[in-house]
Amino acid sequence: MVSAASALLLARFQFAFTVGVHIVFPAFSIGLAAYLAVLEGLWLKTDKQVYLDLYRYWIKIFSVVFGMGVVSGLVMSYEFGTNWSVFSQKAGPITGVLLSYEVMTAFFLEAGFLGVMLFGMNKVGRGLHFAATCCVSVGTLISMTWILASNSWMQTPAGYSIDPATGRFMPESWLAIIFNPSFPYRLVHMGMAAFLSVAFIIGGTAAWHMMRDKRKGQPISQPVKVMFSMAMWMATIVAPLQILAGDAHGLNTLKHQPVKIAALEGDWETESRAPEILFGIPNMKTEHTDYAIKLPFAGSLILTHSLDGKVPGMKDFPADQRPPSPIIFFTFRIMIALGMLMAATGFLSLYMRWRGRLFTSPLLHRLALVMAPSGFLALLCGWVTTEVGRQPWTVYGLLRTADSVSPIMLPSMAISMTAFVVVYVIVFGTGIGILLRMLSRQPEEGEHDLSEQGTASVLGTRSHPETVLSSPDHGAR
Amino acid sequence: MSGAAYWLPVIWTVILAAAILIYVILDGFDLGIGMLFAVERDRGRRDVMVNTVAPVWDGNETWMILGGATLYGVFPGAYSTLLPALYLPILLMVLALIFRGVAFEFRIMTRDSGRSALWDLAFFGGSAIAAFCQGAILGGVIQGVSVTKGAFNGGPLDWLTPFSILCGLSVMCGYALLGACWLVWRTTGVLEASCRFWARRLAIGLFLGIIAVSLWTPMLHEPYLVRWTDWPNILFVAPVPLLVILLAFLFVRGLQREHPVTPFLCALGWFFLCFTGLGISIFPYMVPPSLTLWDVSSPPSSQAFQLVGTAILLPIILTYTIYSYRVFRGKVTEADAYH
Repeated sequence: MVSAASALLLARFQFAFTVGVHIVFPAFSIGLAAYLAVLEGLWLKTDKQVYLDLYRYWIKIFSVVFGMGVVSGLVMSYEFGTNWSVFSQKAGPITGVLLSYEVMTAFFLEAGFLGVMLFGMNKVGRGLHFAATCCVSVGTLISMTWILASNSWMQTPAGYSIDPATGRFMPESWLAIIFNPSFPYRLVHMGMAAFLSVAFIIGGTAAWHMMRDKRKGQPISQPVKVMFSMAMWMATIVAPLQILAGDAHGLNTLKHQPVKIAALEGDWETESRAPEILFGIPNMKTEHTDYAIKLPFAGSLILTHSLDGKVPGMKDFPADQRPPSPIIFFTFRIMIALGMLMAATGFLSLYMRWRGRLFTSPLLHRLALVMAPSGFLALLCGWVTTEVGRQPWTVYGLLRTADSVSPIMLPSMAISMTAFVVVYVIVFGTGIGILLRMLSRQPEEGEHDLSEQGTASVLGTRSHPETVLSSPDHGAR
Repeated sequence: MSGAAYWLPVIWTVILAAAILIYVILDGFDLGIGMLFAVERDRGRRDVMVNTVAPVWDGNETWMILGGATLYGVFPGAYSTLLPALYLPILLMVLALIFRGVAFEFRIMTRDSGRSALWDLAFFGGSAIAAFCQGAILGGVIQGVSVTKGAFNGGPLDWLTPFSILCGLSVMCGYALLGACWLVWRTTGVLEASCRFWARRLAIGLFLGIIAVSLWTPMLHEPYLVRWTDWPNILFVAPVPLLVILLAFLFVRGLQREHPVTPFLCALGWFFLCFTGLGISIFPYMVPPSLTLWDVSSPPSSQAFQLVGTAILLPIILTYTIYSYRVFRGKVTEADAYH
């Protein structure tokens, strides 16, 4: 029994770890592919060199990010079967089919046109190349749609029946399955999260280059200015919209998964005119949130949009159906705080833009640099909140996590966990190092195309002949 | 068994087999190129080798994800027994593919920091281990998996037998051959000549592997043997080994006369025939020796819904995959480096 419990725990850690690493790259690809499509579109329309420069700069980042997304995603498509075989057996008729649709409508589209997008500018002409970029971008969005349909179905299952003989989920209505109650909210929230995450990476990169230029007394280059301005428009417009979308998503969760809301708010008793706990430490054993700092009425106001609205408490639900409040109480608050800071950055940039100091304000540049990873941090905190908040179920209210895991022996699980941690640290550590070095190089006016440049220029040491030809046995050829 | 419940899994088995075969055809040479790093030390020529597949490898690997997803959606009973049974080789394969996949970019991007050689090694090692694991997984499926009440109940090393190791080595050899033939077709000069040299040796290795696996497989389970020896079955299955030998003649002649594509097509033909032979052996089992394709399939409503999409999408996917290959057709030389 001890070994089974440890195997379950390890399987859960492994899933959290592998999916946590994975999600960053598709989100990056979703945002960046859309940005690249916009840049190329603007270039075709205006014929301004700066848009082409930016396109060529960011596509190099995209090629690395996309590759890491593919390989970390490959892990996921097999992990369901190796570690969660009972879940796959029972839910596969629904989630497996949705995943297959994702592969057929999205993965192939992305991979099929990625080659043309990366290396084909000189082979297919501008129009077709733009079409390829758009196909890749649309592919990332389709991919997100399917995987969120699948994930949302696990949160708010609909359109199924359960086969009494085998306990399998049988699809009854595919429309109801795909457009399950939480799907539209999750789709909008995640889509905007991906765009915002990338906008803040782009804004932070631009801010860093502007600060460095200023220190060196150099003028700020046109591509840096343009990408900073675009990123800050995104923050100004999308960050507030994201707060509204998050609020709507919260109301939807309150309706369908009230105990998740109770747990992430740290509320134990059901009450109307409920306060909002700003800080505290929920204790699952004593059923109390310790050291709570409360804001009167705010809980009801935020969650129900009315002062005396009823807010659920965890005590309304059996102890074995409550998600671990101490985790999601904090991840939820970190996400909210980051969301507010992102909106604040957007407003500050709007003010500075109005005062004509968008490219000169040290305060704004410092803030944008610090906020560079904020989108991804918020996105990960949001995912932890919604996924841990689904516990103790894999299919909400129907299939328990403890009943979903494979009958795999502890040693296999321990070996794979160790292997994933070691490999991911090496591979994705190197990858992030490479990305940071690429970002630390300024986009230049007259940026080279991925298909025509020497290796060295990707990293900034522009075409020194000795670097390119430094292969030890080069002369022997 | 009524109409749809009988036919849908059969149709899906054909589609799954086609998807796996397309994967092997596309990613086989891709992995083979990685293994051929062992015999090609020159950085410029290694770059050319990688550049012949750089624009298409993501798409090639997507067929493997399709295989996994199809198994998950259409044959969840197989997905949830085969994957736990083959836990370790699948884990190893996935990790190997991670190293290999990122090495495409990393081996270039780390050039100024001196770690490039390590990522070249990762590209080679990842390709070799992934190829071996794919063969071992195949061997593990053919030799069978211990199942009670629809769940795997064996040990973590059940798959590791002389037979699965033989299959692993044969697939390594076969992929390296595909890689060599691909490079004969797509490159010039020194590289083309050296690949022609290696293709001949690898072909001998693969041919011996095919013979060994073909003789061994029918001995594993009674039904396999019956399939290959019973009259009149033998009339239908006999062409398979005969065609293997015919292709061997065409292959040797193609190499000698320096045909660009013939060796590659012959090598692909071998894979196709081996795959057909495998299908003949294990049909109708999806998890030999106990679960048939009907035992492991999902409800007809799932299969039908996915079939509609597949019927529409698969031809489209194939069309733009071919388009993408056409854009990057022709010989690749050191002059037109993609990076």
